[in-house]
Amino acid sequence: MAKKYDAGVKEYRETYWMPDYTPKDTDLLACFKVTPQPGVPREEVAAAVAAESSTGTWTTVWTDLLTDLDYYKGRAYAIEDVPGDDTCFYAFIAYPIDLFEEGSVVNVMTSLVGNVFGFKALRALRLEDIRFPIAYVMTCNGPPQGIQVERDLLNKYGRPLLGCTIKPKLGLSAKNYGRACYEGLRGGLDFTKDDENVNSQPFMRWRHRFDFVMEAIHKAEAETGERKGHYLNVTAPTADEMMRRAEYAKEIGAPIIMHDYITGGWAANTQLAQWCQNNGMLLHIHRAMHAVLDRNPHHGIHFRVLTKILRLSGGDHLHSGTVVGKLEGDRDATLGWIDIMRDSYVKEDRSRGIFFDQDWGAMPGVLPVASGGIHVWHMPALVSIFGDDSVLQFGGGTLGHPWGNAAGAAANRVAVEACVEARNQGRELEKEGKDILTTAASHSPELKAAMETWKEIKFEFDTVDKLDVSHK
Amino acid sequence: MSELQDYASSLEDTNSRKFETFSYLPAMSPEQIRTQIEFIVSKGWNPSIEHTEPQNASGSYWYMWKLPMFGETDVDAILAECEACHQAHPDNHVRLLGLDNYAQCPGASMVIYRGIPT
Repeated sequence: MAKKYDAGVKEYRETYWMPDYTPKDTDLLACFKVTPQPGVPREEVAAAVAAESSTGTWTTVWTDLLTDLDYYKGRAYAIEDVPGDDTCFYAFIAYPIDLFEEGSVVNVMTSLVGNVFGFKALRALRLEDIRFPIAYVMTCNGPPQGIQVERDLLNKYGRPLLGCTIKPKLGLSAKNYGRACYEGLRGGLDFTKDDENVNSQPFMRWRHRFDFVMEAIHKAEAETGERKGHYLNVTAPTADEMMRRAEYAKEIGAPIIMHDYITGGWAANTQLAQWCQNNGMLLHIHRAMHAVLDRNPHHGIHFRVLTKILRLSGGDHLHSGTVVGKLEGDRDATLGWIDIMRDSYVKEDRSRGIFFDQDWGAMPGVLPVASGGIHVWHMPALVSIFGDDSVLQFGGGTLGHPWGNAAGAAANRVAVEACVEARNQGRELEKEGKDILTTAASHSPELKAAMETWKEIKFEFDTVDKLDVSHK
Repeated sequence: MSELQDYASSLEDTNSRKFETFSYLPAMSPEQIRTQIEFIVSKGWNPSIEHTEPQNASGSYWYMWKLPMFGETDVDAILAECEACHQAHPDNHVRLLGLDNYAQCPGASMVIYRGIPT
């Protein structure tokens, strides 16, 4: 039966609150943490979020009746308490897949975190998780190469990869910068890395940096007989300029380039990732600005969502936090988004903050990158937490070695190999870390000096990483 | 703090050449080789042996020693093949891999007998 047009304002829940709805396999599902204004019923707020992030506007319009609005609307289908916090609740919303353009995280996020985040009936809103249906995942390009191809390209098997961000972040000339890279690479690193804010400043234009760094890579490869790379940051003011830098990196034979996917933008990132796939290049992704979006527990976008966006948009590496370094992150939550990066199927697991099953199908995985304030004493814990499919990145922990970068790199390389060997032997790294490193240092003066420089840190993490099961 | 030390490595010195995982550790003892074989078997990976002249170690393809030992879980049998390859090619690097056929990627790869660099 056709409906009649009835002008005016209707309560959202009449249309968008559907507690009996069973989500379809093709629906895109979202979990929001909603903090309503006082006195507004939960069902009404949840329905409003569904409406404002899909088809709805504040009043009925006659053109609603030209379409099958009941098909296209978002549906709030469940509400749950947030453990330990009465000010907010979880709202689960299902969106039909045809609300979204294929292969466009830009379009998905424009709907899901668009106008609704400024909606007056809400005090705060946080997008906790999204379930992308496999039908949608298959429309996205994803990581350019993936973990297994990266291992084959670089000939690195059975251990985490080792990197180093070149410091100082800003101010080095291109030739001095290349020297810092060369020293690290010849000492045993797999990668060196541009810092995120190294783009193309007056003190070091991008093209000179690329040339000197490639010379460093070639010499270190010839010297060590191992394959090396440097994340050449192609993040640029325009997408055209970004592509120009990427093309040049390919021309000079660089194996990997780098992009900042949030400040650079998701459209640019997706474009670059597709280009990398077509050109056999690896793509390292930095996440500057993520904490602006993901740090407030009541408002914003959780990092696990940003992780899914990156895997769909495309990248072979993504910074994940270290759990143990200067930017301490919750251990279980970090393990959750590391799974989201690497695994082909991730089960719902509230103890890791994962609200939905997520099927990635054939989409390759992303290597998590642990970077920030870590040094050689953290190595046992890092190998234990991250496993082999990761990049462990020591900036100050390499360059700050008293004998220089090559010795700092060798210290970390010896330490990571000693930890992997011990793990393979069935030893418990986090308990026996000190013993493992001390033994390894007996044949590596570089490691011994590094251990003396940074002193011992504690390996008992039980007290620090109480996990945020109950979302405080 | 120990005294400042030079990092000895050069194009000229062929001993500077490394060969990936575990090449920054001392050469493996027979007991260490055995525990790594046990690890590969415990992961359900297929053991495989390859060897090469040290100067060609950086390539993707080394010489396969026979075929990968699909389904082999007898540590002594695997060890015997490793030794046989080493006996036949005493100057070459001999590496042991654990082939993970689900990832289609070696889960482990390590040189267990070190060749003589030229």
